[in-house]
Amino acid sequence: MLLDSIKLYCRYVDISLRSQMQYRASFLIRTLAHFLITGAEFLGFVALFQRFGQIKGWTLPQMGLLYGIISVAFAIAEAVARGFDIFPTLIKAGDFDRVLLRPRSAAFQVLSQELQLMRIGRLAQGLIVLFWSAEQLDVHWTFANATLLSLAIVGGACLFSGLFVLQATICFWTTESLEIVNCTTYGGVEAAQFPLTIYRPWFRAIFTFVIPLAAINYFPAHAILNLRDVLGSTPLIQWLSPLTGVLFLVVCLQFWRFGVKHYTSTGS
Amino acid sequence: MKAYLAILSSRFLALLQYRAAAIAGVGTQLFFGLVRVMIFDGFYRSSSGPQPMTYDQVVTYIWLGQAMLALTLLAVDNDVAVMIRTGNVAYEMTRPVDLYAFWFARALSGRAAPLVMRAIPIFIIAGLFLGLQPPVSLRAGLMFIVSAFGGLLMASSLVALTTISLLWTISGEGLNRLALPLIFFFSGIGIPLPFFPDWSQPLVAALPFRGLIDTPFRIYLGHLSGQAATAAVLSQLAWIMALVIIGRVTLARGLRKLVVQGG
Amino acid sequence: MPQIVVEDLVKTFHIARRAPGLWGGLKGLLKRDWREIRALDGVSFSIAQGELVGYIGPNGAGKSTTVKVLSGILVPDSGSVMVMGRTPWIDRIDYVRRIGVVFGQRTQLWWDLPVIESFDLLRDIYRVPQDRYRASRDELIAMLDLGALLDTTVRQLSLGQRMRCDLAAALLHEPELLFLDEPTIGLDAVSKLAVREFIERLNKQRGMTVILTTHDMDDIEALCRRVMVIGDGRILSDGTLADLRASVTRERWLTVDLVDGAPVAAVTDPDAALIRQEGKRFCLAFDPQRISVPDLIARIARNYPVHDLFVENPPIEAIIARIYAQRRSSGALTAVRGFAASVDKSQ
Repeated sequence: MLLDSIKLYCRYVDISLRSQMQYRASFLIRTLAHFLITGAEFLGFVALFQRFGQIKGWTLPQMGLLYGIISVAFAIAEAVARGFDIFPTLIKAGDFDRVLLRPRSAAFQVLSQELQLMRIGRLAQGLIVLFWSAEQLDVHWTFANATLLSLAIVGGACLFSGLFVLQATICFWTTESLEIVNCTTYGGVEAAQFPLTIYRPWFRAIFTFVIPLAAINYFPAHAILNLRDVLGSTPLIQWLSPLTGVLFLVVCLQFWRFGVKHYTSTGS
Repeated sequence: MKAYLAILSSRFLALLQYRAAAIAGVGTQLFFGLVRVMIFDGFYRSSSGPQPMTYDQVVTYIWLGQAMLALTLLAVDNDVAVMIRTGNVAYEMTRPVDLYAFWFARALSGRAAPLVMRAIPIFIIAGLFLGLQPPVSLRAGLMFIVSAFGGLLMASSLVALTTISLLWTISGEGLNRLALPLIFFFSGIGIPLPFFPDWSQPLVAALPFRGLIDTPFRIYLGHLSGQAATAAVLSQLAWIMALVIIGRVTLARGLRKLVVQGG
Repeated sequence: MPQIVVEDLVKTFHIARRAPGLWGGLKGLLKRDWREIRALDGVSFSIAQGELVGYIGPNGAGKSTTVKVLSGILVPDSGSVMVMGRTPWIDRIDYVRRIGVVFGQRTQLWWDLPVIESFDLLRDIYRVPQDRYRASRDELIAMLDLGALLDTTVRQLSLGQRMRCDLAAALLHEPELLFLDEPTIGLDAVSKLAVREFIERLNKQRGMTVILTTHDMDDIEALCRRVMVIGDGRILSDGTLADLRASVTRERWLTVDLVDGAPVAAVTDPDAALIRQEGKRFCLAFDPQRISVPDLIARIARNYPVHDLFVENPPIEAIIARIYAQRRSSGALTAVRGFAASVDKSQ
């Protein structure tokens, strides 16, 4: 049953990729543009570190590790959860009814609409920063901390995907796109690129307990770099925290189901 | 002239309608501003060496940036883009309207409305609670307004140029996708321009994009005063004129190309 | 046991009322004004397997709402619905596997894909076994003459071609029940005929139950032995087309366009009633049993400077209006009788 769904998803992805490849020149330019934009953004941080030296005890390469994890996680979510990002268009066109008329879960169908390949621009840039930082920090890679790094990225991708799902779920109640949700996705990315300790306590609390971005890069980074966390997280927390991202996605999907229920009882 | 004013005001009113979106948008911008302020707060606490700006100045710069964000989020005029793509732009040429002035007016109102809607609440909130300082002197404040208006004109002329470049379809679109983010970067909205590395400052000075927000902000903060301020504003105006001229010339070329190719 | 049993279906929609203008928009942020629309107001009917039922009514009468409830994508406020022995909106995924739905205004095919790829994708979505898919697909391609279209992208198809492909797409998974929502809307005459022929064959040869909602009386005339009329959320009429016609539509309409500049204020005739006038266009209703169509045309053409004219059936809205009027008058009659009875009792 699951295998059948995976096969169907692969088929959808194949169609989506072929469609994007039709406009090859545009795709290449957009990918390059994303790569350059994110690259320029990081160079800006390099410039700041050159002037200031460090931020609350964190050096540039250490920040680079945080930055890399978040960037790669976000790029994956942007690419995979693109279907939820464009959900407002689907609902406004009245095509959601057709989704409900098909014998598959609505979330699965929305997800399968598109896998946006051009996000590879940010992905590549994030990976470069990540590898550069790891090299600068002379991290001793073991199976354990390599797994933790991967889990952190996967957990982050799940968390950001969850945010995209939430953003889409709002459309069941209002079609006016709320710019404020950008705070959570793009705002979250910007904020989590830096160590959590620089933010005010109330801000830290939001990004630890409400939208657990800290669980994605801040806590795992301590375990990978063998640092003691001034905020007091234990190694156990640091190793398990990426799972929070997965949990977050599960919760968001529950909201989605609630949203679909609302749609079927009020009829668009 | 009346026609262009009419366009300006009707677009302005139309854009003012999106009140709910505006309120939410201000909230978002306050958030982003706070994040940036806290990042710089972290940096300043970690180092005591001399910096291009004091912490208070940086905070003001950041909030001014959020207030005037509309001048940096340049995007192609979508309606015109559709017109060009479908070829309907040919009909525009038959009208007794100066097409450049028309597109410029659209760009101007397209930036002015969100600017006013966001700037006022952000000035108030950030000024009262979040560390946005008043201008260094009355004269600086007045010059700031002049220079900010210059930034608005520059933003409009850049938008007009990006729209005109679409007459060269694919290359135009590609150019816009690469150029617009770079303009964003070199305007100083992300990293304030004074913080760019010293070796890059000549490049920054050579580009026109600092005229969007950096020049007015430096005047506001007193970094540029007296003669230097006047020179900077004149430089803005020179660039604006250059961009307008380039715009008009390329528009004429582009339209001629359309006519030759048959649209 | 009928395939579809609907009892006392009720569905109310709440639409936010927004005042116009800038001030209204601002007020709307603070307080919402709701408007209630009773889309379904106690709808009941049953449909046996193999029936081809027409479901007609003016816009906003409740047609789409009924179809949405029957297809399991809308939950009603109250009432019961049993389709193929189960409630449609419970366990949606399992239910929709057994029905087919075609929307006339909207295609279910993927815009940028060749038709055959859309079909293959649907096979995977519906989990149709390969051999059954091949048989079903080939038969539908033959019946709808889609051979030449298979490699064309949906974007490039004409409206008529697209509708034929959509019909095939809805049937690939061999549903037991088919809903058609305005399938002939916007189609040219040839395509309409093709679609109607196909629906008829489907119903006669395969015994497929078809529920057809439409505005087009010609669709109904060509296909449906049974017609349900819905208006204001209620079933106003449920029977054969002949019954419906006999009760209301013996009447026909003659529309006359006078020559430009004709110094005529009115077009009248002893055997016809003026329904509507727009400038030089006059619409007359008449009973063809009282005066034949050719006789009336000849008389009008003799008496007036006619530029153009045409004869048609009254539109469905007019029929519904008549049915309402009948209901209202019969309702009033009942009220009067009731009053008289109560007066009698008190004496």
